[in-house]
Amino acid sequence: MTESSPGSPGPIVLWLSSRYENLELGQAVLEYVCRLRGIENDAEHWIGVALREALANAIKHGNRQDPSRRVMLSLGGTANSLEIVVGDEGEGFEATSIADPLAPENQMKTSGRGIFYMKTFMDDVTFSRGERGGTILRMTKHFDSDQKKGAQTR
Amino acid sequence: MKTTVTMRDVGDVKIVELHGKITIGSGDLQMREAIHNAVVGGATKILVDMKDVSTIDSSGIGELVGCYTTATNRGAKLKLVNLPPKISDVLTVTQLITVFDVFSNEKDALASY
Repeated sequence: MTESSPGSPGPIVLWLSSRYENLELGQAVLEYVCRLRGIENDAEHWIGVALREALANAIKHGNRQDPSRRVMLSLGGTANSLEIVVGDEGEGFEATSIADPLAPENQMKTSGRGIFYMKTFMDDVTFSRGERGGTILRMTKHFDSDQKKGAQTR
Repeated sequence: MKTTVTMRDVGDVKIVELHGKITIGSGDLQMREAIHNAVVGGATKILVDMKDVSTIDSSGIGELVGCYTTATNRGAKLKLVNLPPKISDVLTVTQLITVFDVFSNEKDALASY
């Protein structure tokens, strides 16, 4: 479960319909949480990139853009970490089957970089099967006290 | 910020200026359509100006790669100019920065064709 951070209102959980417009809502909530926690702009930008990839994957590949299927977004963590959980209502997938976008044969492909970006810009990224099916993506960014204000994420 | 694409010609170079987000459902297809139309319209020198791109995601990067391939296959040269640092970072981590010809200013980019 997502823990709450001292001084924050605890995990924020949203259920979103599978529409790309909702990426903006997710990003706006992330901005609110980062401001609340004193996470600086650069870090917020890269976490935002990862969040958008996660939500886009859930909408496109998980829920097949079916607006009646929902995407769960949770933003929580501890005082020194931000944990983002994204769940979909799709058929699930095998994360190990994702091709390496850095491999020469994949370099000029037009897709297949989203998970790579999540893993690049976040510290921990894991996938699991939801209790009712679908995919649960959990990704965490850790901060030391200095990183809260003015540090790079990479 | 709403995504917009503007086009202008400098000599025989078609400059495609992108403004806003180039992300899934917001700008990725606009960019593809604009560049595709330029290529189909006979442009052989295409310069994509990314100065006003606020963010790009994997879908936008994928479309950019697709545009590059389409242009190259039709004998056109597609190059990039004025990459904001964060856009450059996104291309760098996937090693695509080595695929594209990238310039820091329009003058140098135009002189390279």
